[in-house]
Amino acid sequence: MQFKTVASSPFLPPSNRVSLVMRQVLLALAPGTLAAIWYFGWGVLVNLVLAVVCAVAFEALALKLRGRDPMPYIRDYSAIVTAWLLVLALPQLAPWWIVVSGVFFAIIIAKHLYGGLGYNPFNPAMVAYVSLLISFPAYMTHWVAPAPIAEHSLGLLESIKVIFGGSLVEHDLFDSITMATPLDSIKTGLTQHKTIAEIRSGAVFGVFGGVGWEWVANWYALGGLYLLYKRVISWRIPVALILALGVPAGIFYLSNPDHFASPVFHIFSGGAILGAFFIATDPVSGSATPRGRLIFGAGVGLLTFIIRTWGGYPDAIAFSVLLMNMATPLIDHYTKPRVFGQAGHH
Amino acid sequence: MMLGKFHGGLKLPGHKTLSTLTPIADLPPPARVVLPVRQHIGNAAEVLVSVGEQVRKGQKIAAAAGYVSAPVHASISGVVTAIEDRDVPHPSGLQSLCIEIESDGRDEWTDALPEPWPDYREIPDLELRNRLRESGIVGLGGAAFPTSVKLNPGEKSPIKTVVINGAECEPYITCDDMLMREHAAEIVSGIGVIQHLLRPERVLVGIEDNKPEAIAAMRRAVQEVGEGGIEVVVVPTRYPTGGEKQLIKVLTNQEVPPHALPADIGVTCHNVGTAYAVHEAIVHGRPLIERVVTVTGNGIEHPQNLRVRIGAMFSDLTRHAGGYSDAASYLIMGGPMMGISLRHDQLPVIKATNCLLIAAETEIRPVNDASACIRCGDCVSACPVNLLPQQMYWYARSGDYDKIQEFSLFDCIECGCCSYVCPAHIPLVQYYRHAKNEIWQQEKRARKTDLARQRHEFRQARLERQQREKAEKLAQKRAALKAATGNDEARKKTIEAAMARAEARKRKLAEEKAASAADRDRLSSSDGDSD
Repeated sequence: MQFKTVASSPFLPPSNRVSLVMRQVLLALAPGTLAAIWYFGWGVLVNLVLAVVCAVAFEALALKLRGRDPMPYIRDYSAIVTAWLLVLALPQLAPWWIVVSGVFFAIIIAKHLYGGLGYNPFNPAMVAYVSLLISFPAYMTHWVAPAPIAEHSLGLLESIKVIFGGSLVEHDLFDSITMATPLDSIKTGLTQHKTIAEIRSGAVFGVFGGVGWEWVANWYALGGLYLLYKRVISWRIPVALILALGVPAGIFYLSNPDHFASPVFHIFSGGAILGAFFIATDPVSGSATPRGRLIFGAGVGLLTFIIRTWGGYPDAIAFSVLLMNMATPLIDHYTKPRVFGQAGHH
Repeated sequence: MMLGKFHGGLKLPGHKTLSTLTPIADLPPPARVVLPVRQHIGNAAEVLVSVGEQVRKGQKIAAAAGYVSAPVHASISGVVTAIEDRDVPHPSGLQSLCIEIESDGRDEWTDALPEPWPDYREIPDLELRNRLRESGIVGLGGAAFPTSVKLNPGEKSPIKTVVINGAECEPYITCDDMLMREHAAEIVSGIGVIQHLLRPERVLVGIEDNKPEAIAAMRRAVQEVGEGGIEVVVVPTRYPTGGEKQLIKVLTNQEVPPHALPADIGVTCHNVGTAYAVHEAIVHGRPLIERVVTVTGNGIEHPQNLRVRIGAMFSDLTRHAGGYSDAASYLIMGGPMMGISLRHDQLPVIKATNCLLIAAETEIRPVNDASACIRCGDCVSACPVNLLPQQMYWYARSGDYDKIQEFSLFDCIECGCCSYVCPAHIPLVQYYRHAKNEIWQQEKRARKTDLARQRHEFRQARLERQQREKAEKLAQKRAALKAATGNDEARKKTIEAAMARAEARKRKLAEEKAASAADRDRLSSSDGDSD
């Protein structure tokens, strides 16, 4: 009898798929996303839908232009993950053109101009975020006040109107909807020579982070634990990132609690938890060796602390990730594991 | 006992119970067998018989050629009907020299069978080793390295630990499991022979914990017939624990360095099937003419283990196992992680054939559905050698063969863990095999180029020498001429001599011309004659 042949072993069907990995990431993002909608309103959902539609469209367009069949790539969900992460990093009522141009940056510039999935040296969502932050700083700093302390919150239709109908700045409810983020407040307060304790007596601060923000972060952390449990991500980057952010923050906090925010505040504010579990763990642009991942995560954490404390921006996960992306080839080069049987440590 | 642990490895779906529900069955002696003269690592054996010759079971029909080689024995009695190139189960798909025997139906042993040595301890070591060598025993775990070589490590590297490999870590394969269940006493007896020859401090039999029956049987046999110093060690089921270096690490917590042999760290490793064959050869005087083969997969009606003659056709085995099911799509010799995919079943069982996996489409990975590497690092976590498969893939693809060797390409054991876990379904091992082949080809070419360059340099040197010699001669002449200047007589003489030489040359040329003209005439006239 004649048989079909396979060129090379192994023949056992593979245990995993890229699309499964991406779907697990989306599933892990779900609780945090729902919490964000709960605390910060429908704008998050509207932008999410817009971003996902754009991401799929840009992905298909880019693949068509590159002469590839778009379907297998669209089915891998990677463009959707990128768009999703970008929206979670944007102000909740960012106007539609911010979202569209952000997704364009992420998918077309940061991903496909470098060769598409697997070839991008920088995290596409973070490239887009930083481009927007630098290009449109005013629009990127209008954050919605969390529901429990907001004077007014917008319904779904109103959110759509704001997002598509112009900008939040011109909206007559602007002052009653928006509020500085906790990290913003700290930065501004410190320049006004207030103590941390004085700043943290403001309404926006919660138990250990900001009102609402801290709970969104908790749900992200839950999703992150799911990814760890499913072994979609390795523990090395999140643990190293949180330690490298928390330990220096703790040292400075203990040395001068009036002037430096507590490590818990650092970890549960801004993009730290989302960054630790979902952004810095992007495999394509991060280190792939075990020791390299510790260094990569620690680098992101430490840079975030430094930029937050002494830099010009209130948060710094995006900058830190991009800076460490640059260092990735170097890190990988110097962190080759010891090959079986080679002399060295055991 | 503290077990060692190697990095990575996988928990794989076992598919073992498919073939362990019935005892080992005997495949009746086939009507014909095809015996390749090279079934082992090392030199091909030299044919001792000729077409038409009567042979009997156990008769040596091809002799070991050199130290690393193994003889081949007739596995049935009958007549040699062909000695020619035939299809063999080899990944290259190339043919190889085989001896075909057609059965006379009597299945008689040769008279020249060596005598049984139940009291082998009274036999000198040299004779025991010779017997093992002459019995054609090679490693039956799949590598087929001549066993007698491994049992003769020399004074330099005394063996402290003998590892007996009963791990059988690849999915589907159960021949060692069944052999241990049914023939533990014989295996332990074979281990006794190995102990006698190597005098190790200890023997560790490693069996994965998914084989409780085999573990119990082996423990019982060790107590009843063991010589002492043998320990059956239960190891966790984790592919590729059955890899030689991996099992040694697990059992002894020692790592065999890259490019070194286990003997270099005082360890040697033998498969349980090999130990059984050693017992047969020494205690019963029977050469290696049969082995147990697992015939399994969803493409076969009655998966089971068969005791078959070496040289039996795959189709004989599959027919005996109930024939193919409708789902049969692939034929794999060996396991699904490291086996080879074969085109047809008219191939002989060789000494290294431990398993025939007849797989349905659903049991085999899809081809050509690979996407881009996303550097997830799952391959890094899975690699039992602690390599960076995704980096090696990168360099293999770009043809950067210097770089890929910096990443220890040649330490890759091709176990397939990386390909199995790759979410992008990249056939990583295929890339590494290709890269290894390319590097071997390049080295071969480089050796050839070296040779050519050497030749060129020799020629260059020769030409230079000739030129130098000529120049020296000329200089001498000139010097002589110079010395002669002022002496008119001598000068005249020289000139006259030169003129005489020129005259002679002219004359000679004219003669030659005339001679060749004459030749031409003769030729044309003879042409005329022949008309």
